[in-house]
Amino acid sequence: MARSIRLLDICHARSGDKGDASDISLFANDTAAWELIRRQVTKEKVTDYFRPVARGPVEVWEVANVQALKFLVHGALGGGAPRSLRSDNLGKTFAAALLRMEIETEE
Amino acid sequence: MRTVRIGAGQGFYGDSLLPALDVARYGNVKYISFDTLAELTLAILEKGRKKDPTQGYTRDVVPMMRNLLPICREKGIKLITNAGGINPAGAAKAVREVARELGFTDLKVACVTGDDIYDRLGDLAANGVAFKDKETGQDLADIRDRLLFASVYLGADVIAEALRQGADVVITGRTTDTAQFLGPLIYEFGWGREEWNKLAQGIMLGHLMECSGQVSGGNLQVGWEDVPNLERIGFPVAEVSEDGTFLLTKPEGTGGAVTLRSVKEQFLYEIHDPTAYITPDVICDLTTTKLEQVGENQVRVSGTAGRPAPPTLKALLGFADGWMGEGYISFSWPKALSKAKRAAEIIQKRLEMQGVRPEEIHVEYIGINSLWGALAPQPADEESINEVRLRMAIRTGNKRDCEVLAREFPPLLLSGPPTASAVAGTPQPRELMGLWSTLIPRELIEPHVKVIVASSGEV
Repeated sequence: MARSIRLLDICHARSGDKGDASDISLFANDTAAWELIRRQVTKEKVTDYFRPVARGPVEVWEVANVQALKFLVHGALGGGAPRSLRSDNLGKTFAAALLRMEIETEE
Repeated sequence: MRTVRIGAGQGFYGDSLLPALDVARYGNVKYISFDTLAELTLAILEKGRKKDPTQGYTRDVVPMMRNLLPICREKGIKLITNAGGINPAGAAKAVREVARELGFTDLKVACVTGDDIYDRLGDLAANGVAFKDKETGQDLADIRDRLLFASVYLGADVIAEALRQGADVVITGRTTDTAQFLGPLIYEFGWGREEWNKLAQGIMLGHLMECSGQVSGGNLQVGWEDVPNLERIGFPVAEVSEDGTFLLTKPEGTGGAVTLRSVKEQFLYEIHDPTAYITPDVICDLTTTKLEQVGENQVRVSGTAGRPAPPTLKALLGFADGWMGEGYISFSWPKALSKAKRAAEIIQKRLEMQGVRPEEIHVEYIGINSLWGALAPQPADEESINEVRLRMAIRTGNKRDCEVLAREFPPLLLSGPPTASAVAGTPQPRELMGLWSTLIPRELIEPHVKVIVASSGEV
């Protein structure tokens, strides 16, 4: 039966900034996790997830050689690091925020 | 096949000075490269230069050189850094002074310029450069009177040229992060300008090493508890072959860890489109790179495909964009969060009462949501919250608004919700900076290398 798990259970991640966009990489821990995240962690799902903090669209790329997804979440950093009022003006912690997202297992 | 070893010395302005010593002593390297410039750094340096025209470079280059030069002279290690920021001549002069103090009067210091286009904007416009922001299409005229700096990202060629001219230390302004590492490889192996795959591997090496400890066990999201001896983290060292493949490792005896996991996290860090990582030297396709763990703390990197470098260079312009004012105050249990929320309301009302209308008011509760903002789940109840720290920040065109905000926090100690404490004095207003970028045909930019011996009094 399908159950909810957090991405933290099957992935690792890192985030940084480019201008006003948060640049987040999500890495599957193994091939089973890779198959799961490429199906479930869609652009739509990530767009919805970050909507409370992001004004712009989300771009996504698959990077199969390292079993990773790359997300660019636009408009998430309060105008970009040198003019942002946010404590985390570089979005260093958004990787962890993504790892808290829940998806369904497919057993 | 011929190999060369290269190490990383610093990943940003303010990075630790200690790991570079381990790289110099135990890394068996011929070069140590430093990346000190993030987008934010140029903004910080410009603030320094405004106060004192001899500044504008990363000041920790002075203690770094004082620590490293004695070891590097003995071992014949060359140092490459973009510490020049927006004043490379000033940085080169400071490094020559350190060399003289240490008695290394024959040390050759290269100063690379040509990246600073602040005084050339009119000339470039006359040559047909249409200054429009890459992201927004905004015209330069909109920010021209608020412009603080304008720098073009230069590539690795000019660093290789400085080494050809015999430099022991290469100081540049805004050369790219990756160029600090690719430059010595072009010089050592004589890679041609169109050997795109080799250049792409060199850029990949630079990209993996430019953030220092972030590839060797730092900022590891999962598994950080198991990274050994982080207090003495080893900055990355690479053994590079003439064909561009390289082995990523760290100095013997240091802490940290070079694993597939640590390398992968840095591999995609801040690169945007993985199929087209654009640099002045080559466009890299990261989806072709092969990473293999081949031993303890050893990851082999190969296969990165390169495409011809773009005909344009990126220029980054910074402009003054108002002020940020801040205030802080803490509250304890019981109902710490409710108290902090009430305090935020009071402050907002008091700003209104004084006619202060900031462009933006940002409210954070440290301990609850200061890092994630609206993404942070709300605590289920207040009983388990020991304390909350309120932080409010405003963006305004009027510096005095910031002072009004800061002054409203201390009165809450006596006249606000109970258990208020730890007001952070009255924080100083901080000038905010907007960034604006555009593309410039590369033939319009002329990098320049000047090598000066430390004993020379030349400016």
